[in-house]
Amino acid sequence: MSFVKGLQCRECGREYPVKLLAGCEHCFGPLEADYHYEAIAKKLTRDALSSRPKTIWKYRELLPLESEPKIGLATGGTPLVRADRLGRKLGIDNLYLKNDSVNSPTLSFKDRVTAVAINKALEFKLEAVGCASTGNLANSVAANAAAAGLPSFILIPHDLEASKIAATQIYGSRLITVKGNYDAVNRLCSQIVDRYPWGFVNVNLRPFYAEGSKTIGYEIAEQLSWHAPDAIVIPMAGGAMLSKVYKGLKELQRLGLISETERTRFYGAQAAGCNPIVDAVRRGTRDIRPVKPNTIAKSLAIGNPADGYYAASLIPQSGGWAEDCTDDEIVAGIQLLAETEGIFTETAGGVTVAVAQKLVKQGRIKPKDLTVLAITGNGLKTLEALDLAPPQVIEPKLAAFEKIFGGAYHVA
Amino acid sequence: MSLKVVIPSPLRKFTAGAETVEVQAATVQEVLDNLDSKYPGFRASVCDESGGLRRFINIYLDGEDVRFLENLATRVNDGAEIAIVPAISGG
Repeated sequence: MSFVKGLQCRECGREYPVKLLAGCEHCFGPLEADYHYEAIAKKLTRDALSSRPKTIWKYRELLPLESEPKIGLATGGTPLVRADRLGRKLGIDNLYLKNDSVNSPTLSFKDRVTAVAINKALEFKLEAVGCASTGNLANSVAANAAAAGLPSFILIPHDLEASKIAATQIYGSRLITVKGNYDAVNRLCSQIVDRYPWGFVNVNLRPFYAEGSKTIGYEIAEQLSWHAPDAIVIPMAGGAMLSKVYKGLKELQRLGLISETERTRFYGAQAAGCNPIVDAVRRGTRDIRPVKPNTIAKSLAIGNPADGYYAASLIPQSGGWAEDCTDDEIVAGIQLLAETEGIFTETAGGVTVAVAQKLVKQGRIKPKDLTVLAITGNGLKTLEALDLAPPQVIEPKLAAFEKIFGGAYHVA
Repeated sequence: MSLKVVIPSPLRKFTAGAETVEVQAATVQEVLDNLDSKYPGFRASVCDESGGLRRFINIYLDGEDVRFLENLATRVNDGAEIAIVPAISGG
């Protein structure tokens, strides 16, 4: 049973029935799923939620599916980790990490959006699915399409990390690398979707796909015993995740699951080599100037972010800010998170940590703020970004070990 | 200058279903002007009230986003290809 009212254009307000559609046919604005919130409020109580399994589907009344999900059944329910050791380094007393680097099945937050989109493709009885991707979406569409028994067409920029390529191909997807950056891939996909009857998750399945990101907001609030954090730091590529987490928290307020008075400041993080949303926030505008990306944070390398306008609107409105960081700072952020909390994140997570550090130094995030960092992807996927010294090699003899490490520790 | 314009499906209601049309123009602005006189209502779908490109529409000249060139004032050469492409989400 579905609680979806229909789709509505975010720009001009025109309404559409639930169907395969990339955007508003009048003004090209993105379409939002709208719900029967009063009916949902009766069903979705704190008590009802506490007994449901910890996956994104516990919030299924707030996701745009008509029938029960068939794939991605283990997605979501990722840990919210209290991070005191990292907090001490950053100067935040009350720090948590939303750890989507262990999401199922492909170790990134994209598993949330593809779980919704591929189930929707099954509902629409589409014969194939696909996406334009900077890597994580590619992995996730390929895996979930395989689980659904659907062929997938996946287009990526030609210069992605090796493990993101392998972890797409292995599922039997048709992987195509395109000479150009993500924005060129995007343009091509838009034209492919115009010609073929397939569901591309971030093109004509986008209104459904994007809703999956709201579950990050739902989970964080529930894991904080039904509170919204004071501050949340979110990495931005296209900018959709930030505005969907915002929508998710608003919905919880509307449903009475969290207090109306709680306010979260949204902080957006980008790499300096691809910072069009940060640039707009700094200029005090919502109008995005596209850039040509040049950063090791390839998963965030979208120079023409489709949802940048909304991210750049919401961030200042929420009392937040946006910052960027250099490639060196990204690597240092990855290392700091790993060494303090034992969590190995990809470059996008390094961006989040490095930017959080700046925001504290700037006084924008205060030590007492209950702060959540969104760690959206896994470090094993972006090994190329690291420059680690080769480990020591020794003979299998105690003397050889002690020559290097002897005396380093007291042995009782 | 004669050039080819690639029309996305939501705009083909103006072009009687044609995926590409030929126009004569010297700038991107003239491309839109000429498409609008040929297909009344075309411009209002692509441009907002102030005449600028709508936020969720991108125009490419031979593969390059015109915002990296001179926007609507960008000059076009004979035989060039203009693609009008709706924005799509991140990935």
